[in-house]
Amino acid sequence: MTIEDKAMPRRPRAAALISGGLDSMLAAKVVLDQGVDVEGVNFFTGFCVEGHTHAIRKRRHTRHKRNNALWVAEQLGIKLHIVDVIEEYKDIVLNPRHGYGANLNPCLDCKIFMVGKALQADVIADGGFDFVVTGEVVGQRPKSQRADTMPIVARESGAGDRLLRPLCARNLPPTLPEREGWVDRAKLYGFHGRDRKPQLALARTLGFTDYAQPAGGCCFLTDAKYSGKLADLWAARGERDYELDDIMLLKVGRHIRPAANYKLIVAREEGENNFLAGYRRSFPHLRVVSHEGPLTLIDGVPDADDVVLAARIAARYSQGRDAAQVIVRLDPATDSRSSAAALCGREIAVAPLPAMQLDPAWHIGA
Amino acid sequence: MASAQTAGGTTHKLDTRGLLCPLPVIRTQDRIRGLAAGELLEVVASDPGTLHDIPAWCRVHGHELLHAQGRGDEYRFRIAVIRDRDETG
Repeated sequence: MTIEDKAMPRRPRAAALISGGLDSMLAAKVVLDQGVDVEGVNFFTGFCVEGHTHAIRKRRHTRHKRNNALWVAEQLGIKLHIVDVIEEYKDIVLNPRHGYGANLNPCLDCKIFMVGKALQADVIADGGFDFVVTGEVVGQRPKSQRADTMPIVARESGAGDRLLRPLCARNLPPTLPEREGWVDRAKLYGFHGRDRKPQLALARTLGFTDYAQPAGGCCFLTDAKYSGKLADLWAARGERDYELDDIMLLKVGRHIRPAANYKLIVAREEGENNFLAGYRRSFPHLRVVSHEGPLTLIDGVPDADDVVLAARIAARYSQGRDAAQVIVRLDPATDSRSSAAALCGREIAVAPLPAMQLDPAWHIGA
Repeated sequence: MASAQTAGGTTHKLDTRGLLCPLPVIRTQDRIRGLAAGELLEVVASDPGTLHDIPAWCRVHGHELLHAQGRGDEYRFRIAVIRDRDETG
């Protein structure tokens, strides 16, 4: 029985979770080709690799950077709703019911959240969707895409059998869209495991020659170094919480903590310099003025000796690293409550810290 | 069939300066959701990524990008809202 036979004067509507990667693109395409009205949904959690690529890139970088989720939507000819879930997502990160993966990635809770959110009619589009499509493949991910955890996503998201995974559907019980005939199960797939060859072959069959394959996935929380920096942030503040600026800054620069009371964020290249410059009002910051060098933000409450060490570290990453002495300017944050503000607005001459004196343990997340 | 009511509509303004992609796109999307066909939205942004992302978002949703320009550290867009039927994007 089709959806029209049931006196519904429209085609079935599906929300496809679009990450910008290959699997979600294929899953959406498979359903789209069966005549379903598909719209893409992309959630911005603040930890997305996609969002950060544009924000922090070098401004004079010649390579075209694109938002892959939008690009996928264009290739498929579907709409894409990008949804800000930064605040709601905090609870997923801070209190995951199913725990973390290898790092601070709450993958199972994340998938449950996103599938459920996609079905909330008032969030995405008028009238809501009849079912949700994801690019999940049984056995592909160690936490959220296992045979025993995928039913949990369906159940706890509230989607139940309105969750269709077209790439591995034939390994799973028939869902509502299949039983209702909105999609033909025979035209779905039975992929499983971590082997990417079936997806690559399907991409060729469907005519896709260009697609994103982010090596580290689509979420910074799966990255060990990033998770290490987030854990350090929580430890330094004595509480597990964050704001968007906090987690954006963790994506940028070298994070160096010489002491518990402060850390430095040192830009690594021009794009990061530009990005960090936007935070000069919020953080005391160092700039080597006698040589070319990166902008360095100070996060915390350093004392006078700490500031000298911070300046030596900043100098160590400047073009004056081999000079006997460099001049470093310390400026306050406009709204700083840091005691370092008392030391700000002046220039100090320091000897760049030799590499061998930079304790490797100071590098957060290394 | 897309409406062509792009002339003479009310012009709305949206300042996304200081926001990084994709937030300027999200704010644009959310603002346009509440506008009627033919109304105009002028967006100003500071993230250079908007030069790619806002036009792409307009193409995906069928809205008409009348103007896109980057000057210095500011990027300005003028978008005419197009509605096919009862859609909200």
